[in-house]
Amino acid sequence: MAEQQFDLVVVGGGPGGYVAAIRAAQLKMNVALVEREHLGGICLNWGCIPTKALLRSSEINHLLHNLDAYGFSAQNVSFDIAKIVKRSRGVAAQLSGGVKHLLKKNKVTVFDGAGRLDGVAAGGARKVAVSKDGKAVASLVAKNVILATGARARVLPGLEPDPACIWTYREAMVPAKMPKSLLVVGSGAIGIEFASFYRNLGAEVTVVEVMDRILPVEDEEISAFARKAFEKQGMKILTGAGVKGVRKGAGSVTALVEQGGKTQEIAVEVIISAVGIVGNVEGIGLEGTKARVEKTHLVVDGYGATGEPGVWAIGDLTGPPWLAHKASHEGIACVEKIAGLKGVHPLDTSNIPGCTYCMPQVASVGMTEAKAKAAGRKVRVGRFPYMGNGKAIALGEPEGMVKTVFDAETGELLGAHMIGAEVTELIQGYGIARTLESTEAELMHTVFPHPTLSEMMHESVLDAYGRAIHF
Amino acid sequence: MPINVLMPALSPTMTEGKLARWLKKEGDAVKSGQVLCEIETDKATMEVEAVDEGTLGKILVAGGTEGVKVNTPIAVILEEGESAASAAAPAAAPAPVVAAPAAPPSTAAPASKPAAEPAADAGRVFASPLARRMAEQAGLDISAIRGSGPNGRIVKADIDAARAGGKAVARPAAPAAAAAASVPAPAAVSAAALAAIGPHKLVPLSTMRRVIARRLTDESKQQVPHFYLTVDCVIDRLLAGRAALNARSPEKGPGAFKLSVNDFVIKAVAVALRQVPAANASYSDDGILMWDNVDVSVAVAIPGGLITPIVRNADAKGLAQISTEMKDLATRAKDGKLKPEEFQGGGFSISNLGMFGIKEFGAVINPPQGAILAVGAGEQRPIVKDGALAIATVMSCTLSVDHRVIDGAVGAEFLAAFKRIVEDPLAMLL
Repeated sequence: MAEQQFDLVVVGGGPGGYVAAIRAAQLKMNVALVEREHLGGICLNWGCIPTKALLRSSEINHLLHNLDAYGFSAQNVSFDIAKIVKRSRGVAAQLSGGVKHLLKKNKVTVFDGAGRLDGVAAGGARKVAVSKDGKAVASLVAKNVILATGARARVLPGLEPDPACIWTYREAMVPAKMPKSLLVVGSGAIGIEFASFYRNLGAEVTVVEVMDRILPVEDEEISAFARKAFEKQGMKILTGAGVKGVRKGAGSVTALVEQGGKTQEIAVEVIISAVGIVGNVEGIGLEGTKARVEKTHLVVDGYGATGEPGVWAIGDLTGPPWLAHKASHEGIACVEKIAGLKGVHPLDTSNIPGCTYCMPQVASVGMTEAKAKAAGRKVRVGRFPYMGNGKAIALGEPEGMVKTVFDAETGELLGAHMIGAEVTELIQGYGIARTLESTEAELMHTVFPHPTLSEMMHESVLDAYGRAIHF
Repeated sequence: MPINVLMPALSPTMTEGKLARWLKKEGDAVKSGQVLCEIETDKATMEVEAVDEGTLGKILVAGGTEGVKVNTPIAVILEEGESAASAAAPAAAPAPVVAAPAAPPSTAAPASKPAAEPAADAGRVFASPLARRMAEQAGLDISAIRGSGPNGRIVKADIDAARAGGKAVARPAAPAAAAAASVPAPAAVSAAALAAIGPHKLVPLSTMRRVIARRLTDESKQQVPHFYLTVDCVIDRLLAGRAALNARSPEKGPGAFKLSVNDFVIKAVAVALRQVPAANASYSDDGILMWDNVDVSVAVAIPGGLITPIVRNADAKGLAQISTEMKDLATRAKDGKLKPEEFQGGGFSISNLGMFGIKEFGAVINPPQGAILAVGAGEQRPIVKDGALAIATVMSCTLSVDHRVIDGAVGAEFLAAFKRIVEDPLAMLL
């Protein structure tokens, strides 16, 4: 097979890979992108985007059942899960098509197939073999290769996926019929979003979390606030608990859940397993290279260098946090490093916002209060409740809070933690503040528009210094 | 229209300075070329000349004011018929920079042309709010810290590094860029941490002390891999030659000279550098800078510190000229009147402590130079000559070398050339 020459080959077309490819094309590189399934990756096809479409439907369902508060009445409100799923798939398909168009516009050559490192060509260039259904379809040569093959759901022994009764995110995203009861194992972002989605459509939902609180990466106060809100909605939450085994029956599955030394049986229609991810490090030709795999993820430096000349890695294939926006940012830094641009900065992983689109939404950036204290910082903490904000009351969303953590000595904004309506759209304000290294003074001097939810971000800062006006 | 006199930048990197004193009073007539006032920076005092004619209408910044930012209006010159009242709002007057330091117009150094190029990097310091606050809390001069953020913005990490004396230290830069203000602050050594040791009084750090601390710590001793080579030179013939030459000096008048041993050392270093050009070089990450000229910096102790004025093209100058220049430079150094271009740059340094009876010592390299020669006292010592003990005047010299740019063999070759010249001073004439 004739070798095709490129400046850069990107293996994997998710939010890390396709963004890297476009940036490289902008920098005048001749770029190949190898994608085995669909452009946009998990994020766009089976993750971030289609779940947001599903959650929008469940929010509307929630609203339709609370119309009276806004002066409406409606009878016989119902939904068709097939239509909800169809809309979600349509959204994903539309955006995947958009990525295809963007790659074409930027003259990135897309190869349909699985890419793997295939040794070194003359002159030290890397070779990448592309195969489809076990057949070789192309042989690519480039000085640099970026691996962006992403990750997949972690499978716990005993909780192996079964389309009938044990789902991962994939099955949970395209239910053929609406389950009446579910057990969600794992209360990270993925588990909690599905728990929230199905609960808001009326299913009985139980969440099992091995840690002592849900959303364990978030600030403890936010975890506690979220738990209260979910339980008020009728969700059952078991923390410090684990699934010890399952018994499959006809149309149902029984989980043996151990908590505090006691075991109980919980019978549900479906179990959703959301216990984390593992990196897709297999079958990409890492054998015999200097690239090092640790706990299923590749070890890289701040620019994605693997230690193997010409081989770089970004996104979920590498270390945490495993988020689409982290992958995209890494892709850009990696490409700019390869291109030798001046002033390329490695991604600061301490400043990546995290968003969970449950109801109420959760968003955060930087250190939690506990982590800041553990790091030896003296902190000043500000809080402001949604109850004190005019826009929140007018929207009928009085539930939530904005918490800010400052370094008491320098005024550095160490972290911000929010729960409530639309916080995922607000968190970037604190992200910019942190990137620009604002202190409390600049945040206080900033004029926040009235009436908006963002005023709470201002008030929380004021509160950290004992100056909150509206609470 | 009233003309603003702006605070000049004495060097491309100067951001502020001290307005030492005014030589004209309000109401005095000024002519182009007349000295208006004196400006002090960390190392130099310079006179500011008027460029325009008129009357000194108003002094906006009083003599003795420290920390005057470059391009701040410091005075207003009125043209004929104008009154001081019309100068009440000087900042609004769209006047160009009119003050120029009294540097000879022939020098092409950018420092002498602030009127044409108000130094772009001498104005605003770009730093994050957090970095500013942390620098203030730590007592660091933020303008002396190099930023690692976007477009050189000073960020928290730079302050952390400066406080820890860590890795944010400057890469060796070409001499033109090696002016003091562009490099990070020295490692933080907190006085509070030392206070417990015993009763003391705290002497505030002068700007010069800060510059010495920074340049010799962060830019030199911590960053530059020093090694040392020592050689003994028999200088009896040099002393005899010196006496013979000094005897030829006119008693008085402009042609009079009195050569010192150090003048011979300067000349010998210069000739040796010409013979071993590999020793006349500086390291940079982008490559080795091989200096075309032989510019020798000579350490001069001055009140409160030291400074290294430069004898330029010393290889091409005679001993009398070197001697005269050195005397002038040393005198003006002690008075704080050196111009920046007279002490910034140079490819090689000499530090001579022989007059204090120091036998030998190792000096700290003056960055970004590649080497420095530490000269000890010439003293009578027993030596073995032709298998018998004899007495000779011996001077020990130690070369401190930056191993990144000069290897041991090159350093030894230079030192051998130097010894040969010092021991046979007629060779200087060749």
